[in-house]
Amino acid sequence: MSNRLIIFLKALVHLACLAPIAWLVWHFWLASTTVPDALGADPIAAVTFFTGKGTLRLLVISLAITPIRRLIPKLSWTIRFRRMLGLYAFFYACLHLLTYVWLYSSFSWAAMINDITRRRFITAGLTAWLLLVPLALTSTTWSIRKLGGKRWQALHRLVYLAAIAGVVHYWWGVKSGVHTPFAITVVLAVLLLARPMLSYTARMSREKTQAGKVPLSR
Amino acid sequence: MLIGKPSDIPSSEITPKSVYFNRRKFIAAAGAAGAAALTGSRISRIFDPETDVRAGTKLDTVKSPLSTTGEDLTPYQYITNYNNFYEFGVEKGDPAKNAGKLQTRPWTVTVEGLVAKPKTFDIDTLLKLRPQEERVYRMRCVEAWSMVIPWVGYSLSEFIKQCEPLGKAKFVQFLTLADRKQMPGLSQSSINWPYSEGLRMDEAMHPLTTLCFGLYGETLPNQDGAPVRIVVPWKYGFKSAKSIVKIRFVEKQPHTAWNDQAPEEYGFYSNVNPNVDHPRWSQKYERRIGEPLLKQRRPTLMFNGYGDQVASLYNGMDLRRYY
Repeated sequence: MSNRLIIFLKALVHLACLAPIAWLVWHFWLASTTVPDALGADPIAAVTFFTGKGTLRLLVISLAITPIRRLIPKLSWTIRFRRMLGLYAFFYACLHLLTYVWLYSSFSWAAMINDITRRRFITAGLTAWLLLVPLALTSTTWSIRKLGGKRWQALHRLVYLAAIAGVVHYWWGVKSGVHTPFAITVVLAVLLLARPMLSYTARMSREKTQAGKVPLSR
Repeated sequence: MLIGKPSDIPSSEITPKSVYFNRRKFIAAAGAAGAAALTGSRISRIFDPETDVRAGTKLDTVKSPLSTTGEDLTPYQYITNYNNFYEFGVEKGDPAKNAGKLQTRPWTVTVEGLVAKPKTFDIDTLLKLRPQEERVYRMRCVEAWSMVIPWVGYSLSEFIKQCEPLGKAKFVQFLTLADRKQMPGLSQSSINWPYSEGLRMDEAMHPLTTLCFGLYGETLPNQDGAPVRIVVPWKYGFKSAKSIVKIRFVEKQPHTAWNDQAPEEYGFYSNVNPNVDHPRWSQKYERRIGEPLLKQRRPTLMFNGYGDQVASLYNGMDLRRYY
């Protein structure tokens, strides 16, 4: 994969992540002014789901990179997209949080503290966002060097917890009897289970080749 | 029982539907295309031109003195494209998309249970039983959004009198259609079908409680509960059962669909009450559908603003306990 192609693809990813936000901001403005139905009948709910689902989708895409690289070594260049996807997931998560703080709570601390302590779906959502904060803060190359690869990696495993908390937040948020979070849950489960499974098969094949090598070395 | 008698809304204050539609048609279509292209989301459904067609039959109505005044009516487009009617799917746009198949003729409503004589009413008999009144009511969904809807119907009490319930009857249960052939949503959620709702006898007899056949001067669109539904304006929307096929008079509090599904979230009474939160969100505020985005949020009123008329029904009751 040439550098020029990577730069081109990165530009595409930026566009794919920013265009929906540009669309959302434009329609938010329309819905606040001349076209009340620009975001549908319930625009506040629409913004909430738009940013929330966007966060989960981006998180899941960023979590797909490691298993894809291990399954298809030819695609190992995709690692160069993981940081930006993760940061965009965090950006969408921030917009989702802003929706709650501004449109639902009108910046009322009392209302938010009441929610956070008493509503488990909000607690779960806030937990997911808080787990993403240190990851976004340590996303720079400088941080990786400063922390050291091993420690950095250990820290960034928090993303698994963040994604799980995010999906739990989604399930607890929808009405009972509604199964819309099902698809993203299955995808996340597959991606999380793929990791130990791939490690296991890799260890098996390594042992096999080593077992084969032993007699030769003697 | 005191019933407020607010004055009529002059017809000049009601925006005609056609004005509303044309003004937004173009920009809505453009927005829908953009939304669909970029997000693949279902926001665009609300603009689906097919759901724009109104097949309603005009109803002759007289204005009801029970109407709520001083509120802008929610445009027809929202009332008919933003629905919770799980028999046709769980997304808000699903009922408008899927309810077209519903056959509303022939249609009968069976009255049974503790009545002098069980009887089955034809829908056209019900329509003509009493003069049809236009009743503007606020509608507050348990999900914290609200509308103002010009319903058409008459007081359920007028119908109940015809049913001759026995003295033992303390509650009324409403059972709605659950037909897999016509209702693709039945398999999408784990609700205990058929949808069941209920009212205490005095609630059902209250003049505000409406046996409803239409909105905006026409017969009900299928997605709003055609051909006949209940409207109880001081309770959360799910108490107002749609597409009713059976009315049963019973002695004990009947089971209700959402209460079966999640008893801690949806009580039998479910009176609109800003002081009793839903376990997952506050009920202090609501979003008024159709208003500009930043003006949607408004405080929720006790009994949805109908306290003067209905609060006395609950004298001495702990409304936190009987939520």
